[in-house]
Amino acid sequence: MNDRDLAPAIVVEGLRKRFGDVVALDGIDLEVPAGTVLGLLGPNGAGKTTTVRVLTTTVRPDAGHASVLGVDVMRHPAAVRARIGLAGQFAAVDDNLTGRENLRMVAQLAHLPRPGIAARATELLERFDLVDAADRPVRTYSGGMRRRLDLAAALVHRPPVLFLDEPTTGLDPQSRSGVWELIGELVDDGATVLLTTQYLEEADRLAHRIVVVDDGRVIAEGTATELKSRFGSTVIEVGFSSAAGALRAHAVLARLAVREPEQSDSTLRVPVADGPRALMDALRALDNGGLAPTTLVVREPSLDDVFLTLTGRRAESAEPAPETTRGAA
Amino acid sequence: MTAVTTVTAVTGVVEPTEQPSDRLFHAVADTITIAQRNLITLRRVPQLLIFSTIQPVIFVLLFRYVFGGAIHVPNVPYVDFLMPGVFAQTVAFGAMNTAIGLAADVNTGLIERFRSLAMARSAVLAGRTLADAVRNVLVVALMATVGFAVGFRVHTNALSLLAALALLVLFGYALSWVFAAVGLAVGQPETAQAAAFPVMAPLVFASSAFVPVSTMPGWLQPFAEHQPLSVVVSASRDLVLGGPTATHVLQALAWCAVILAVAAPLAVRRYRRAA
Repeated sequence: MNDRDLAPAIVVEGLRKRFGDVVALDGIDLEVPAGTVLGLLGPNGAGKTTTVRVLTTTVRPDAGHASVLGVDVMRHPAAVRARIGLAGQFAAVDDNLTGRENLRMVAQLAHLPRPGIAARATELLERFDLVDAADRPVRTYSGGMRRRLDLAAALVHRPPVLFLDEPTTGLDPQSRSGVWELIGELVDDGATVLLTTQYLEEADRLAHRIVVVDDGRVIAEGTATELKSRFGSTVIEVGFSSAAGALRAHAVLARLAVREPEQSDSTLRVPVADGPRALMDALRALDNGGLAPTTLVVREPSLDDVFLTLTGRRAESAEPAPETTRGAA
Repeated sequence: MTAVTTVTAVTGVVEPTEQPSDRLFHAVADTITIAQRNLITLRRVPQLLIFSTIQPVIFVLLFRYVFGGAIHVPNVPYVDFLMPGVFAQTVAFGAMNTAIGLAADVNTGLIERFRSLAMARSAVLAGRTLADAVRNVLVVALMATVGFAVGFRVHTNALSLLAALALLVLFGYALSWVFAAVGLAVGQPETAQAAAFPVMAPLVFASSAFVPVSTMPGWLQPFAEHQPLSVVVSASRDLVLGGPTATHVLQALAWCAVILAVAAPLAVRRYRRAA
């Protein structure tokens, strides 16, 4: 391993940016070690896309530093552009061109040697399962196919660093898992990826480390496991035949809970710290109290809980904010 | 001819080793790539071309056969007076396509992709306006054919006609840069169209394109006489109808130069901040 492998591929320090009255970035710091995936998680308007746009040289920050593979984003934007690939939220491909023509156009614009361009386009079309549609205009493609083509376009010039801005937003679950598989393969090939997402499952599945942002600030970071154990909790869910049963169970189990248990009708959800230990205690307490639940479920902590704990909001129901309004800046 | 940039990862120092000749080569190559892309669209969606000629064809028929009889122009048949005006109207309205096309590219995120690529920054606008100029050549050729079909005759020679058409395409090219700035600024194709029309209407109609300026009210005449579209129309008429050409042609070229000098930097600035 040489020095380059040890140095982080992406470094962001104290990034600030405002658009008019809207503070998009309020001092973001993050690092992405080479060859890893960082998941940038947060609701709409949290500053995810603006961070990506600074790193891809399309927006100049008001303050702070950012570098990609040691190259300063503000001072040497052209050199940064040669090293990065971007797949945005909007599947930025030309509808009237075929899939192959789109890839060739990007290859030409990325100044790939001309003789290799046709082969590179074919290779990517094969890899992204677009061979059958390769010579059809993109306007005939499905959402999943467009997204795969967009991802392929981001990879044309074999960039060592990839920015994927909500790569699966708006896709059906099947297309989504297809895109996830492709991203997984890219990482296996050694790419460094900064991935923004609103989907906790996506971050959980793809990211080595997760940075949670809200209102332009980093509010937590760590691996998915770390975040879950720090901010999430195991939930014991017990159901009864009546609300009265749940109410009595509430009284018996409250002492085990790390937060106030939630009761909805005849079901009680008790967040606990140490899952197995708490479950044994809970069963004993219920038995002693003469309470027999009709259902019993133990749920492992999820990033959803983490998000709720940190932001007071559920991730996917967050309010849309200026960041998603194109052209507002 | 490859652009090599040497980077020392530890210090972040970049030494661009790209030669100026490479830069120029890339700027030209990228411009052609973008222009090709836009021309493919034209080929694949020919409706774009057809619809943009339907309106001027209707104008030709309307003015040739409906209003024309009531409009008296000294010394020349009205159809010969009319056609240079229609050509100018056609290229002027055609320039709105630049706004609509670029706004669509902003909207789909394509501009964002282009800006994140190591391509020449000038190429997106240069390629787009070049493609629109090629398109204008086709449209003007088509309109000339329509003109000949309804009785338009050139009083000078073929070379003068070509010079007139070239001047008109150049004028359309200059206007394309104005509308490039408009399209990037609004970022929505529908808005671009709506924003472009009020700018275009006085330029096309308060002009010498369809009627002699001398028939207009006195307060309007100075504008109608000297605004760029009228000057271009006058120059084209001089070229196809005969008479001294130098003054109007030079004025028309000057207008094109001024429009380009103002609009191109504005459009480039807009491009840098777009999306």
